[in-house]
Amino acid sequence: MKTPEEIYNLLKEKFNDAIGEFISDKPAESVIVVSPLEIDKVCLFLRDEKELEFNSLMNLSGVDDANGEKVKDENENEILKGGTLSVYYHLESINLKHKVTLKVSTDRENPEVASVEEVWRCADWHEREAYDMYGIKFLNHHNLIRILMPYDWEAGYPLRKDYQNPEFYKGMKVPY
Amino acid sequence: MSFKTEEMVLNMGPQHPSTHGVLRLELVLDGELIEDVIPHIGYLHRCFEKHSEAMTYPQIIPYTDRMDYLASMYNEFGYVVAMERFMNIQVPERVEYIRVIMGEFQRIASHLVALGTYGADIGAFTPFLFCFRDRERILHLFEITCGARLLYNYMWIGGLSHDIHPDFVRLAKEFIKDFRPNLKELNELLTFNQIFIDRTANVGILPAETAINYGITGPNLRASGVKWDLRKDDPYSIYDKFDFDIPIGKGEKGTTGDCWDRYYMRVLEMEESLKIIEQALDQIPEGDVSSAIPKRVKPPVGQIYARVENPRGELGYFIISDGSLNPLRVKVRAPSFVNLEVFGELCKGHFVADVVAILGSIDIVLGEIDR
Repeated sequence: MKTPEEIYNLLKEKFNDAIGEFISDKPAESVIVVSPLEIDKVCLFLRDEKELEFNSLMNLSGVDDANGEKVKDENENEILKGGTLSVYYHLESINLKHKVTLKVSTDRENPEVASVEEVWRCADWHEREAYDMYGIKFLNHHNLIRILMPYDWEAGYPLRKDYQNPEFYKGMKVPY
Repeated sequence: MSFKTEEMVLNMGPQHPSTHGVLRLELVLDGELIEDVIPHIGYLHRCFEKHSEAMTYPQIIPYTDRMDYLASMYNEFGYVVAMERFMNIQVPERVEYIRVIMGEFQRIASHLVALGTYGADIGAFTPFLFCFRDRERILHLFEITCGARLLYNYMWIGGLSHDIHPDFVRLAKEFIKDFRPNLKELNELLTFNQIFIDRTANVGILPAETAINYGITGPNLRASGVKWDLRKDDPYSIYDKFDFDIPIGKGEKGTTGDCWDRYYMRVLEMEESLKIIEQALDQIPEGDVSSAIPKRVKPPVGQIYARVENPRGELGYFIISDGSLNPLRVKVRAPSFVNLEVFGELCKGHFVADVVAILGSIDIVLGEIDR
């Protein structure tokens, strides 16, 4: 059993630049920041290393950090420009009973994160959901399509903070 | 002369009685054999997570009821556990006991629906009526407590909306007394029925390694022989005070991790829940159930992931607060959402008739998958 701090030190030693800061001042749980394009390698290491053995991905969650600049678009709607979207990974080892939280932050305009689907199969649908709701592109995902919204949804990504409800869906007026 | 052959694609659902809700399964068939199953979900999407961002924290509780509508109590339980940990609220003992009693009753009610509908799915209709007869008594207990049968809004952050009814303990004990023989009857009628065993044993085998990699939790994981229950392995509330076992699948009628094992896990778990309820009913202390409810719920800046053992598996709430009265993000790790993912893998190589048997044994609730 290892504490998140020990795990952070191990990762830092192994991956160096791919590992960002260790956020531990937050209440309840500490977070290790990882580079979005290296997350798959880090996760593979976390899963296969004997003394870590993170064999289970509890949760994968996209988040809109809402830290961009608020501007008006041509229709006078408020949108966010710049800033980041994040993905949180909650990992757990069923055998060793320790947990860790990873976070990657990616550019809002072109959000790209390496997929961990090959590491844990359950990441498949979680990543599809994050794509569906936030538009985060998971590189090397075998089937990155919408999951909860209709496959042909064109009005954007609903859980983004600047999402605008569409007036029409396929030419039909949407009543509110 | 040679014939051109191709796979047939058959749509099962979204309106189909044994998909347990609005789920569409795209079956890729080679004759009667299944080559692949692709589940299409989202027909019941109600934007729970988007709604939550516009609500204050206590206002979210009624919404959590509507995710897994067969285990509403436990959804609330998970949410209040997460919020109390986040805000560091100490809950009175009486509240914890009542929550555990309600949670375990909810587990029994939920498993009864799972078992009853599973029997009905594969052709045994009578057990369905038996299960619903017993479930009705649990719903009555909930009704006298908080006025609602299915969607309770009962557990609040720091407390409960009502104390239990004066008759509650007596009725609960009567129920337990009557339910044990009923469970035996259910076993004779369905569990050890040879026709039922023939339909379910050695069907849809889920090995432990695959189950863990797919993130399967709850009775489905335990049926594969993995002893993993958050009530023991990551205790929350006061579960560490009770004496109960974690049953695991042993492949009694076939192979470990087959449909029969998954079914039988739920029968065994109901017995364990009865044990917990009995202990809790005897020890329940006096107290005020609303003394620790905060006037204003305003958690500190930061995030928390807290999870509980829902009747279907690990129910996790990931809550991010920006210090205001509304959450920045509420993500629900719904057990059925993750459990359904392995379904295609389980069905490969089986017959069309087995699809229903395998789907029923996973015990999904679409309200929770689509949120």
